[in-house]
Amino acid sequence: MSENAKSPPLPTGTFMERAVTWSKKNLFDGWFNTILTLGSIAFILWLVPPLVEWGIVNATLAPSIESCKEATGACWGFVNANLRLILFGTYPFDEQWRPLLAMIILMGIICGSLGGVKYAGVRKWIIPMWVIGVPIICILMWGGIFGLTYVQNSYWGGLPLTLILSSIGVIFAFPFGLLLALGRQSNMPAIKTVSVVYIEVIRGVPLITVLFMASVMFPLFLPDGVTIDKLLRAQIGIILFTAAYLAEVFRGGLQAVPRGQFEAGDSLALSYWQSMRLIVLPQALRLVIPPTVNSFISMFKDTTLVVIIGLFDFLGTVKLALRSDPAWTKYYVEGYAFAAAIFFLICFSMAKYSAYLEKELRKGEQR
Amino acid sequence: MSKPQNVPGNVRSKGLVDYLNDENVRAVLYQIVAIGLIILAGWYLVSNTLYNLEQQNISTGYGFLDLEASFEISETMIDYSAKSDYATALLVGLLNTVKVSFLGIVLCTIIGIIFGIARLSSNWIVRKLATVYVETFRNIPVLLQLFFWYALIPGAFPHPRDALEPLPGVLLTSRGMYLPVPMADTAFTMMGIAAVIACVVIYFVKKWAKKRQDATGQPFPMFLAGLGIFVGLVLLAYLAGGAPTDMSMPELKGFNIRGGYNISPEFMAVLIGLTVYTSTYVAEVVRSGIQAVPNGQWEAADSLGIRRTVALRKVILPQSMRVAIPPLTNQYLNLTKNSSLAVAVGYPDLVSVSNTTMNQTGQAIEAISIFMSIYLGLSLLTSLFMNWFNKKMALVER
Repeated sequence: MSENAKSPPLPTGTFMERAVTWSKKNLFDGWFNTILTLGSIAFILWLVPPLVEWGIVNATLAPSIESCKEATGACWGFVNANLRLILFGTYPFDEQWRPLLAMIILMGIICGSLGGVKYAGVRKWIIPMWVIGVPIICILMWGGIFGLTYVQNSYWGGLPLTLILSSIGVIFAFPFGLLLALGRQSNMPAIKTVSVVYIEVIRGVPLITVLFMASVMFPLFLPDGVTIDKLLRAQIGIILFTAAYLAEVFRGGLQAVPRGQFEAGDSLALSYWQSMRLIVLPQALRLVIPPTVNSFISMFKDTTLVVIIGLFDFLGTVKLALRSDPAWTKYYVEGYAFAAAIFFLICFSMAKYSAYLEKELRKGEQR
Repeated sequence: MSKPQNVPGNVRSKGLVDYLNDENVRAVLYQIVAIGLIILAGWYLVSNTLYNLEQQNISTGYGFLDLEASFEISETMIDYSAKSDYATALLVGLLNTVKVSFLGIVLCTIIGIIFGIARLSSNWIVRKLATVYVETFRNIPVLLQLFFWYALIPGAFPHPRDALEPLPGVLLTSRGMYLPVPMADTAFTMMGIAAVIACVVIYFVKKWAKKRQDATGQPFPMFLAGLGIFVGLVLLAYLAGGAPTDMSMPELKGFNIRGGYNISPEFMAVLIGLTVYTSTYVAEVVRSGIQAVPNGQWEAADSLGIRRTVALRKVILPQSMRVAIPPLTNQYLNLTKNSSLAVAVGYPDLVSVSNTTMNQTGQAIEAISIFMSIYLGLSLLTSLFMNWFNKKMALVER
């Protein structure tokens, strides 16, 4: 806004004249900026053409090692040949339509939930979508009923696994984090202490230590004869970890609700839970939508850590594909670039959307 | 007018239901129930754990720390061999974590400040380049970046036989980077002492300069004077110590390079990955910190006739620091915590060494409790330091 207020009347003249004025102002304003501009152009010329030549011009898509050996550029054939291994991991080959469908449904629910924040028509469907969607995804992934063959979850992998771990992590961490945030705001000293200690301890240690704890210590916690598998343990670790971060996000929202709103609830003789549900939380949660999306993004990136405890998420399957044949091993740049591109697309678009939401949600307050 | 309700005569005796409806009584009850449930759950888990450990014949306790570790660690900052005990091994891991985190924090701050300022540049192309850098590297998982750098370094550099030598004495090979280092000499100890003395002298000169400026208004070129005192004293110590010039140069002997200081590919991968990833967050912190200072502050400085460079240093930066310090602390903590990903590329950090210890001894709970409490301690220390710093920088109001 301040930019608009300051900008001079629209420049006139031919396109060339305007271009010259613009570049004088934005590129060659003084000797220092001129040096910076020339340096930047030199850097771009040094970096971009070889990259384009390597990645597009001289690259090959043919899924064979022979054509990759001949090509002087990138070997996208590695990705092409191993696409299904990279996307779905070791899930039985003939059944891979199931994780694909599950992934599409999950992405649809995530997009729907994000869209529901903006469009009231979709908003009332958010909870039903998850309640119906999650069991469908479970049925698709595990099978065992409706004529679907049973697939052990040690065979799950790839992008569906990454999406499941992060979104289920955030969904289940949501109520837990909310309780922790309320506990931290509580007047009851014991409950407050327990919440603060939990939040601060979890936030003070790296995710990988929580995952190690989940994979090594959880089996010891359980009574004799009861076991839970590695995937579930990692999922629980992720939920416990995310809850502490979400709790701090929610606390920010709760603190932003004016004191008078709590008092208004009291003066209407609403109980604690009634005034939370009807007055405080609707306002607080609205404020924390963008940071919650950001937590989901960082959770989505951090899910890659399950590689370290031996699960094959999307990054894990790329490594698996690289190791699948010694001939492919040297095409790690292509493999990692592909994974990075997918992660980037998902994270970047969600981050942009969250920034947009932040602006939209603030509109009501600006007059 | 109705009769006031709270006259003593109106209070009837309280029944059990009244007590249960009393907010304070309820609060106590809720807390007792909550604590009871937590204790019950804790007791259940502990008893299960003790039973399971007994079944597996694992003895509990930290006694294993005195046992011989019998594994090698590739990078150590203190004396360590396979004959050392587990406690020493864990200390080596901790020092490696501290080393990579400290260097990472210094580097990501420098790079982050450069890109943060570049994103606000009036130069269109510089602004766009900085945006591309920040948006690209913050949206790719840091573990993926570590794997990438770790795969790239051995792949991109030649075997030690045909090492690249970009600067005389600096060798780049698939086994990492080799730097020449001066041979140990008493002169360096003297230089260290001189540096400490210089810092003390600078402290007193600064005190004097501030006193004088407060009294007379005369400024004192503190930066130049401080630099002069520091460099002068250290140089003097070097000359007094006989000006040793012997260097340990990295050289190819047999199949490997000996001498010099080796920076391993693992260390480089972790350092580059953490630095690049965190610097994008630091850049955003710096940018919002600068943007948070109202334009009026620049104009106020202008109207007082303060030069622009001085205004940046004395008016703008102190105010943006105040906004930037809390999120910056968070980023430093994140970097320290993310350094635990070193375990994925085989850099022997705390988690990596603990992991080996855990696998060898089976003392999972003890090993995990050790590294968790060390990370907690590091986090708390950083928070304490930053809180102190924050308080020092905070606006002093009436």
